[in-house]
Amino acid sequence: MRRVSRLFFLLAFVWGSCPGQSAVTDATGREIRPPANVERVYAAGPPAGMLVFAIAPGKLTGWTRSMRPNEAAFFPEPYGQLPELGRLTGRGNTANVEVVLKAKTDLIVDVGSTGETHASLANQVQQQTRIPYALFDGRIESTPAALRALGRLMGDPAAAEKLAAWYENELKDLKQRVARASSHPLVYYGRSPSGLQSGGKGSINLEVLDFLGARNAAAAARPGLATVSLEQVILWDPEVILTTDPNFWKSVWTEPRWRSVKAVAAKRVYLSPHLPFGWFDFPPGANRLLGAWWAGKLLYPKEFDFDLRVKVTEFHRRFYHREPTKAQLDALLGEPGVLPQ
Amino acid sequence: MTRISYLAAGGMLLCLVAVAFAVGRYPVSLSELLSVLTGQPVAGSVETVVLQVRGPRILAALLVGAALAAAGTAYQGMFRNPLVSPDILGVSTGAALGAVLGIFLSQGILFIQVFAFIGGLAAVGLVYWIGSRLRGHDPLLALVLTGVVIGTLLGSVIALLKYLADPYNQLPAITYWLLGSLASISPKEILYSIPLLLAGLAPMLLLRWRMNLLALPDDEARALGVDVRRLRTLVVVCATLMTASAVAISGIIGWVGLLIPHAARLLVGPDFGRLLPLAMLLGAAFLLAVDTLCRTIATIEVPPGVLTALIGTPFFLWLFALARRRW
Repeated sequence: MRRVSRLFFLLAFVWGSCPGQSAVTDATGREIRPPANVERVYAAGPPAGMLVFAIAPGKLTGWTRSMRPNEAAFFPEPYGQLPELGRLTGRGNTANVEVVLKAKTDLIVDVGSTGETHASLANQVQQQTRIPYALFDGRIESTPAALRALGRLMGDPAAAEKLAAWYENELKDLKQRVARASSHPLVYYGRSPSGLQSGGKGSINLEVLDFLGARNAAAAARPGLATVSLEQVILWDPEVILTTDPNFWKSVWTEPRWRSVKAVAAKRVYLSPHLPFGWFDFPPGANRLLGAWWAGKLLYPKEFDFDLRVKVTEFHRRFYHREPTKAQLDALLGEPGVLPQ
Repeated sequence: MTRISYLAAGGMLLCLVAVAFAVGRYPVSLSELLSVLTGQPVAGSVETVVLQVRGPRILAALLVGAALAAAGTAYQGMFRNPLVSPDILGVSTGAALGAVLGIFLSQGILFIQVFAFIGGLAAVGLVYWIGSRLRGHDPLLALVLTGVVIGTLLGSVIALLKYLADPYNQLPAITYWLLGSLASISPKEILYSIPLLLAGLAPMLLLRWRMNLLALPDDEARALGVDVRRLRTLVVVCATLMTASAVAISGIIGWVGLLIPHAARLLVGPDFGRLLPLAMLLGAAFLLAVDTLCRTIATIEVPPGVLTALIGTPFFLWLFALARRRW
């Protein structure tokens, strides 16, 4: 009995002396055992890069694609200049597994879809590289959970908890504001230069709208992207149009065929900011909290009565580790179409 | 037979146009439609729908269908080959590369279309320039082979751009462009493309009787006093102009340029003078029918290329079995 308890203490001691050694179950149910000290994390896509950077900027080995100067300006030195390492899974694999190995990676993280395709890819890369590969759900509401799990894996649970708790709180605040809203305007989200690409209920591209409880005009379309006809948009007659395409935003005012849509007649067509990461649709990561605030302000101006500049500054400070300058904020929010004039 | 075919095709086209104006996602009653077309005021968005959205789209379907069918007819005659379609010399692939480049560079619709148009012309220009410099071969064979390899090359450049494109934003836009669609046609685009289409069509119509000589071996045609090389260049230029301006506004819609010339030939025989106008009528009718289905059967748009293939494949096989003796 004494021997057993001694063994137990020994085990407990070994266990406790190895922080980060504890296994974490990822969103696919796979047990991930990272090495004792995770110093270098490879993010498989932009949403994962954002979370890793937010928790511990020094541990991110590189961005999926190198930042352009206007994007890098939002991050403290030298993080805007981190190397381009490519995308590992999901759509368009641009990374080379050897690059991941060469970057002396301790942990690979992907945040996004957790379906069988992505899970099997994660397994395959993990077997090939012998580097633990964790996969987390990228939905807006899963972001706090992803942050916490990632923090445990990376050995930074405190920093992650701070971010997660704040994010959770902001989501709760958003929901309460939406619940107070008395009217829900009909919204159409138009992508692509023609503005005729949209998505139905459940599309990852319109998750912000679903989260805001907005009435998506194209709700009946398939969950995913699809082209719709302009006649259909005129028939839906949305009160607000949101877009991520500056070309569409510009042309919607000059094209007579858009003129009879209620949103165009009422000048309620808005263009989402896109720096350093898009706000509204892509990349589908934690950045979309900004899009939820922005769209919320446009759809429910009375309930979303906060100062967007304060909110944006806070998000940037917590997730990008640098507050935007006044000029940057002016450029973000003052771009034509971003906010009502 | 010829006259009956023309009358039937023309009548069918008129009926289709009437149906196309009457149906769509936005409900427009017959009386509203008549008021709009006669210039009387109508309540709501009906006028916009009919004059700005549905009307231009019907016109675009007619133009693109006729252009692709005409180009296909000319090429099938010139190459003496029933499997030739308008993109044999790489015009569609070149246009696709231009459009993909435009999307990659985050351009608006107008520039994407201009890029596509220039890309189509440039690709065929390149193919023709190289193909006509390969001496010691049958000139047509050299042209076709050059078209195939240059098309493959351009295809891999497209693949490279897709690979480098932003997967969340640009890649879907590229995919949708390559699928082809008439959903975003505006009246302005049609105004730009009509002169280009006519510039390609006019010489072909004027020379339609001489086009038959292209089907003869070169020396025989020369013996009849026709400069085959010049005529051939002219056909390539005209067909390319028509296809490039069509593809620039519609994206890639397959099968029309391959299938319709066969159907027309089955009805009136291989004489180009009789064939060309009928092929254009049938091409216009076919694409209008397909596009009307594309925009009405579901909340979302159906890509026309998918429907043309679904209809085209069995129809083509049937035609082929039927018309074997003519070729």
